[in-house]
Amino acid sequence: MNSNTKTSEKNLPVKSTGDEWVLRLYVAGQTPKSINAFKNLKAICEDKLNGTYEIEVIDLLVNPQLAGDDQIFAVPTLVRKLPIPVRKIIGDLSDTERVLVGLDLFQRSISNELTSNPNETI
Amino acid sequence: MKETKEQIQSIALEKSPTGIKGLDEITFGGLPKGRPTLVCGNAGCGKTLFAMEFLVRGALQYNEPGVFLAFEETIEELATNVASLGFDLNELIAQKKLFIDHVHIERSEIEVTGEYDLEGLFIRLNYAIESVGAKRVVLDTIESLFSGLSNSNLLRAELRRLFRWLKDKGVTAIITGESGDKTFTRQGLEEYVSDCVIVLDHRISEQSSTRRLRVAKYRGSIHGTNEFPFLIDETGFSVLPITSLGLDYHVSSERISSGIPRLDTMLGGKGYFRGSSILVSGTAGSGKSSSAASFAVAACERGEKVLYFALEESPNQIMRNMLSIGIDLEFWVKKGLLLFHSIRPTFCGLEMHLANMFRAVKDFSPKSVILDPINSFIIGTNEMEAKLMMIRLIDYLKLHQITGLLTSLTSLQSATEQTDLGVSSLIDTWLLLRDIEIGGERNRGLYILKSRGMKHSNQIREFLLTDHGVELMDVYVGPEGVLTGNARSAQESKESALKLYSKLEVQRKQLEMERKRKAMLAQIELIKLEFEKDEAEALKIIDTEQARALRLAEDREEMGRNRQADAPNKESIETQ
Repeated sequence: MNSNTKTSEKNLPVKSTGDEWVLRLYVAGQTPKSINAFKNLKAICEDKLNGTYEIEVIDLLVNPQLAGDDQIFAVPTLVRKLPIPVRKIIGDLSDTERVLVGLDLFQRSISNELTSNPNETI
Repeated sequence: MKETKEQIQSIALEKSPTGIKGLDEITFGGLPKGRPTLVCGNAGCGKTLFAMEFLVRGALQYNEPGVFLAFEETIEELATNVASLGFDLNELIAQKKLFIDHVHIERSEIEVTGEYDLEGLFIRLNYAIESVGAKRVVLDTIESLFSGLSNSNLLRAELRRLFRWLKDKGVTAIITGESGDKTFTRQGLEEYVSDCVIVLDHRISEQSSTRRLRVAKYRGSIHGTNEFPFLIDETGFSVLPITSLGLDYHVSSERISSGIPRLDTMLGGKGYFRGSSILVSGTAGSGKSSSAASFAVAACERGEKVLYFALEESPNQIMRNMLSIGIDLEFWVKKGLLLFHSIRPTFCGLEMHLANMFRAVKDFSPKSVILDPINSFIIGTNEMEAKLMMIRLIDYLKLHQITGLLTSLTSLQSATEQTDLGVSSLIDTWLLLRDIEIGGERNRGLYILKSRGMKHSNQIREFLLTDHGVELMDVYVGPEGVLTGNARSAQESKESALKLYSKLEVQRKQLEMERKRKAMLAQIELIKLEFEKDEAEALKIIDTEQARALRLAEDREEMGRNRQADAPNKESIETQ
């Protein structure tokens, strides 16, 4: 993982929701926690957001002045900038279910499963 | 020996002056430099203000930029809050002397999944410190983390690391914390920040509030351990360590008039000592305020400034009342020599009063201060505090060579020779005004209970309020006891009648003597005249007799001659 890289994947049009997802992951150096957090986030996004998302990774060791803007005090912290309201998830995102709750994706994923499962089997 | 002492001094704890009035005196120099200090207290006790003043004073007075990490208030809120104390935070921020970072932790917005640490906070703090070159850091209040995050074990470990990190950074830090039940702080921060702990307290007793500060712990340094009252007012925070003044003030032997000539005579002929404290105590209506006003006028006439703290009456009322006994205070007020400072004792806490009085004294710089009356400060059961306050006030006045005249109302039930406040031992000159009830009258009496360092009269004098001020009269002391008022005047007229009577008696006696003397002289004259008459007659007889004898002899001679006889000798004739 490169520090401060933008990983944008906009392959498919958004199907379930009409809005774009902007996620920001704040880390402090390439610690195991940071790397885990990025991995977990990537997996969840791939799984749930169908590629209509943007992940911005900010390394606070490089850009410490950015910590104030999003009120970061713990790392790693994931900030959902869009859709609003802004939400924050602290930790290495290892508990997928809580990440989904935190991102407000839990209800959506269940409803998605309920409606789309008969058709799509992935 | 001296060298080693200096060496020890140099390795001893370095201190970072806070610039907060009084605190540096209590801590003998300030907070431990390069170490964190815990400031704790209950809500509203002034923790944030204390911390902010530490930073602002550091930036302005000691050229030490600071960082304020606010967990509870935003920058705008902080700036507004301290603007009332005359601190312009925005200006300091613009000058890069201060960096404020607001750390907003909202539990509802936060979800925790998996492992994390507070490196983000460290980075922000570090960034803030580096951007202004901060020497001072405030974390206000870090305990908010505990309400925002649930994993307290992890937080504790991180906090320990944070305080360690702050020490390594060499910044002097203040960590604030809310008071806990049995611990200094709710989250037991004292466990991690143990170099210096300052406890702030805000107590309400008898409906008035008192703020107090205590240095609970100061590792590696001596410090004042008392609870010191402190104030937050328009000039910021001030701790009042006046109890530490000691007794080594300069004393004057200059004497000043009491404003009542005969009282001066009673006081060794010269009046009070300058810079001494005078207590005038007495029952209601015994003339305390009048003697205070006389003193004030005497001082004004010398061209000295007088500050009159009126605690029960309004200045106008005092001026009107004093005018009735011929004391014109208004004249001196207009001249600017007399200043009234009217405050209701219930208006604020004692500490606030004390501070207000100190400020008033400082601003006006009077030579004399009158406090009328002191016992109105006792409200309910705060006697102890009121006494301490009076001690501090008296000490303060003495230190500044200000003559203090205090009046005290003694209730009829309690002993007259006792003040409610128990400050008598601090008083240099104590005048006692008392009522003397004799012959269906109530009259005022005055005597000097004590007067340190001077000969003074032991007599009771009658105290009269006349059209031209206060006058002292002699009290009739005789076999019938002490007489005052009409009884005294009756006795006086009785005495003068007696005097007149004896005077007349003397005159009468003198006249009589004169008369007797004249009578005697007249008699002497009479006797003399009679004697002269007798004498004259006797002489006449003698003359006649002598003439007759001569004639006889001549006749006999003639007869002899006629007989031609020898002339007989004289002897024979005479024997015939």
